[in-house]
Amino acid sequence: MPNVMIRKNDAGELLFYVAKKDMEETIASVETDTCECWGGEVELTDGSRWYIDPISPPPAFPTTLRFKRSED
Amino acid sequence: MSALTREETQALIQEVLEVYPEKAKKDRAKHLAVNDPSVEQSKKCIISNRKSLPGVMTIRGCAYAGSKGVVWGPIKDMIHISHGPVGCGQYSRAGRRNYYVGHTGVNTFGTMNFTSDFQEKDIVFGGDKKLDKLITEIEGLFPLSKGLSIQSECPIGLIGDDIEAVAKKKSKELDKPIVPVRCEGFRGVSQSLGHHIANDSIRDWVIGNRDGDHAFQAGPYDVAVIGDYNIGGDAWSSRILLEEMGLRVVAQWSGDGTLSEMELTPKVKLNLIHCYRSMNYISRHMEEKYGIPWMEYNFFGPTKIAESLRRIAAFFDETIQANAERVIDKYRAEYEAVIAKYRPRLEGRRVMLYVGGLRPRHVIGAYEDLGMEVVGTGYEFAHNDDYDRTMKEMGNATLLYDDITGYEFEEFVKKVKPDLVGSGIKEKYIFQKMGIPFRQMHSWDYSGPYHGYDGFAIFARDMDMTINNPCWRTMQAPWQQSAEGEAQTMAASA
Repeated sequence: MPNVMIRKNDAGELLFYVAKKDMEETIASVETDTCECWGGEVELTDGSRWYIDPISPPPAFPTTLRFKRSED
Repeated sequence: MSALTREETQALIQEVLEVYPEKAKKDRAKHLAVNDPSVEQSKKCIISNRKSLPGVMTIRGCAYAGSKGVVWGPIKDMIHISHGPVGCGQYSRAGRRNYYVGHTGVNTFGTMNFTSDFQEKDIVFGGDKKLDKLITEIEGLFPLSKGLSIQSECPIGLIGDDIEAVAKKKSKELDKPIVPVRCEGFRGVSQSLGHHIANDSIRDWVIGNRDGDHAFQAGPYDVAVIGDYNIGGDAWSSRILLEEMGLRVVAQWSGDGTLSEMELTPKVKLNLIHCYRSMNYISRHMEEKYGIPWMEYNFFGPTKIAESLRRIAAFFDETIQANAERVIDKYRAEYEAVIAKYRPRLEGRRVMLYVGGLRPRHVIGAYEDLGMEVVGTGYEFAHNDDYDRTMKEMGNATLLYDDITGYEFEEFVKKVKPDLVGSGIKEKYIFQKMGIPFRQMHSWDYSGPYHGYDGFAIFARDMDMTINNPCWRTMQAPWQQSAEGEAQTMAASA
């Protein structure tokens, strides 16, 4: 359950940054991304998948959230 | 020697790896790569930030070097105690040439060495009492210091001293911030973790200090320069450009910087990062906590300076944008004269770099402005994100090497035969004896500044006086030279 900092890059995409793992990836897709709710399963451009219980209302980025590695 | 093709470079890497035992070869192969600018993610072709192999000559430092030497050390009005045996502090004292203004020993302490000088009894009975006494003594001798930091050396972590408790107690007693930093040298694989630990300690002990204090008059054009260590005056030659643009530089991190500047940084509008590797952590924190955007910039060479000034200006209104153009125009005659003078003398020369932090990618633009080509580059302690950025800057089929060993570096240089090598002091004399012009690019070979338009003139002059120095023609004794080939002496002495 790493602490992940989510921030927007210049192009407006969301970046998934894990300081401890020295890993920064772009988020490819988010399961729920509506005005009321953000979260669920998150897929990164490197193909890995992570999970967070949907947050309501959606958080303001940048912010730090706790993700779980999602099991297939 | 003309540019190598992709296959030739790959073959060169294989050839150099040949001498290693099987296991070492497999490991080292991951750290050497042929650049392909089209690759988006560096981790697909180069591995970085891994422990160096025992038995090879690495050029890396330790976490203490990253914290005390890089991040905390240049903060001039604080006293940085090297807590532990005397050597770590003494042999790294003032070597990085972080310039500052002030009266050393009165209100600034940058070049001084404060240490608790651990002895056997301190290891056996613990050093907390000594630290307590030392801080009292420092306060008596140097009452104008604005704060203290305790930079742990290896034994502190090994014997489990509680420096945080001492810091808290003394901080209350003296009414000054005292920052305990857990940067024991054995942490991490290189100085990079030291940067991170130092950033975290700044986050925990400094950044929030003035959160409720609104005495500071924040302006609309406030910026902070982050990750410029003022080596040879770099931050000063960067700062004037920003100020001419109409921005107000509130803080310099950390070259010629002060504690109060750091405390005021959360009140700025934009953080400008020069050294991404060592200070991105704190910038990310400030973005999250205070909503301050940050951007990387590059003040090496006129092309990159103009690009950066325009990108910085884009964060502000039209006046600043117009000012940016005015600044670029103002210096145009100056830098064009520099290029006109030195470019003919340096055109087509090839450079290999092996440094740390930001230089292996940031200086490429400055070399290109002088018509030179960087044919190989590498970092001591980079992470993947550094290589992501580097691969776009470097030409196709050039060499990339991470945490290169002494042997590999020598072999690459022998084969690639660059006209200039830029690396550290430990490499300098080896390559000079091989007859290859060399610049010590960690602290600009006792020269500088290299940032900004003023710095570019010095950079160009230094490269010229190194490469075109007449001494390289006299590397071989006259009687050993072949009849026609006195110019061919460059690589022969290796």
